Amino acid sequence: MNIVVLIKRVPDTETRIQIKDGKIATDGIAWIISPYDEYAVEEALRLIEKHTGKVTLLCLGPEEAKETIRKGLALGADDAVHLNDPAFLNGDATTTAVVLAAALKKMQYDLVLAGKQAVDEDNAQVALRVAELLDLPHVNSVIKLDLSDDKKSARCLREVDGDRDVAETSLPALITAQQGLNEPRYPSLKGIMGAKKKPIADWKAANLGIDPGSLNAKVEIVRVDPPPARPPGKKIAGDAATAAKELARLLREEAKVI
Amino acid sequence: MANQILIVPEEREGALRKVSFELITVANELAHALGGAVDAAIIGSNVAANAQALATTGIAHVYAVDDSALALFAPETYTTALTEIIRKIAPSIVLFGATGFGKELGSRVAARLGWGLVTDCVGVKIENGALMMTRPIYAGKAMATVKAKALPVMLSVRPNIFPPAPASTNASTAPIENVAVSLPAPRARVVEKVMKESVAVDLAEAKVVVSGGRGVKNTEGFEIVKQLANTLGAAVGASRAAVDAGWIDYSTQVGQTGKTVAPQLYIAAGISGAIQHLAGMSSSKVIVAINKDPDAPIFQVADYGIVGDLFQVLPVLNEELKKVLAEK
Repeated sequence: MNIVVLIKRVPDTETRIQIKDGKIATDGIAWIISPYDEYAVEEALRLIEKHTGKVTLLCLGPEEAKETIRKGLALGADDAVHLNDPAFLNGDATTTAVVLAAALKKMQYDLVLAGKQAVDEDNAQVALRVAELLDLPHVNSVIKLDLSDDKKSARCLREVDGDRDVAETSLPALITAQQGLNEPRYPSLKGIMGAKKKPIADWKAANLGIDPGSLNAKVEIVRVDPPPARPPGKKIAGDAATAAKELARLLREEAKVI
Repeated sequence: MANQILIVPEEREGALRKVSFELITVANELAHALGGAVDAAIIGSNVAANAQALATTGIAHVYAVDDSALALFAPETYTTALTEIIRKIAPSIVLFGATGFGKELGSRVAARLGWGLVTDCVGVKIENGALMMTRPIYAGKAMATVKAKALPVMLSVRPNIFPPAPASTNASTAPIENVAVSLPAPRARVVEKVMKESVAVDLAEAKVVVSGGRGVKNTEGFEIVKQLANTLGAAVGASRAAVDAGWIDYSTQVGQTGKTVAPQLYIAAGISGAIQHLAGMSSSKVIVAINKDPDAPIFQVADYGIVGDLFQVLPVLNEELKKVLAEK
């Protein structure tokens, strides 16, 4: 079976985000595959190990995203498509989904996997938009995924707002990964070496038959600010018992949250 | 021209979720600024009582798609039902709760209609005639101001940020219109609900969260955290270190790759405060940190800090809070 995994290049989650002139300052940032996408890559690799087939990564991003794609290939994916055209950047969830869907239309797949959200802009909508644009069924926020023996359907456990439910879908489908789906592997040295030889196709707007002028973002980020600063706090002195008692009093009388 | 604002309320266990009333608050402000009225679209099975409840909140019109085929969530049926209502009334703005339901349905409907969607808004206003939204990015490490380049547009609102509108006003009851929709046979659908036994209160919506970290030491250590949570009717959270160590379920993880929380009170016990964790909880109203290390970064965001051993502090705090709560 063919599995396509959508991956995004994002700043490492350990990064302290710096803001300059109303924008995220990207210099000095370490970049990673968005963690939820990593669960999707891992699940694809496990499914292929069990059911045989091919894993293709699909990534929209700047030239620098090649490095991120190589990381995914080092984990064991077979090949990749890089949607590498300046016309694809600086859009919004609407335009990103349109481009990803146009690329998938040119690809063979039985299953599309993606993270439930990217951890940079936290939009949590691009993958589901792609499913709708391709008229694919989807199951969101999955923590356990089982394919039927004939690989024509999938049964998923999902986690939603603290509840869990079981969802079923026919294939092909788009499924998004939530934390807990699996434990992503680390790349092996052999994998890292092998990744250098794996094919990455560069697709531009022209390859997809997209007129860049038609990619109209519906919304735009006009400014980014630091989160509101918190006023300095109060350290409560005394031994454990005294401090605990005082804390209970302060929560009741001063903070009024109890 | 009048601008209809449409809210998409949400049910849970047959009742309207609180976020539905928070949507009314936001929608009323937008309707006031733009000149227009607020409508609601309720979708599900046996929604008559909730449609009736919505009709007394001062909104103009309730549209309902009530079909036994909607008893369990299926993205395709729900998308078709809501799209039908939106095409019928052509609103300028559609509002969802930024819940699992709202994010999922909103994404699919927005794609079907070719509309923009701004998720997880914590601020919504009209500025110089344009719809401007504020939303946390990087789990709260930064705040983005997003502009809708044009209307119509959709947005989802983070729960617990806006005050809920009163459940019932003295306003006249709005008409309820049942909309018949021909629903597709869904290819993907929920077949069974599995309630979690381990998590009594949903983290993302909890008013109080008590979290444990590396300092909790082991699975048994989490009992003391859970006891305090139990006293406060709080959700239990954890840092990544505690989850990775296997002391508690990953679904309790608070942070950039876990849950983002914004409770009234967040108690961090034995959590040092890695940037990843701070991202997920620093918009809590009041933060309490209990940690042995006086230099732990968690103290930089805490409103109240105790430098001490959580195994000594939490039991006393638990007993004291029981007393305080009994006085109420």
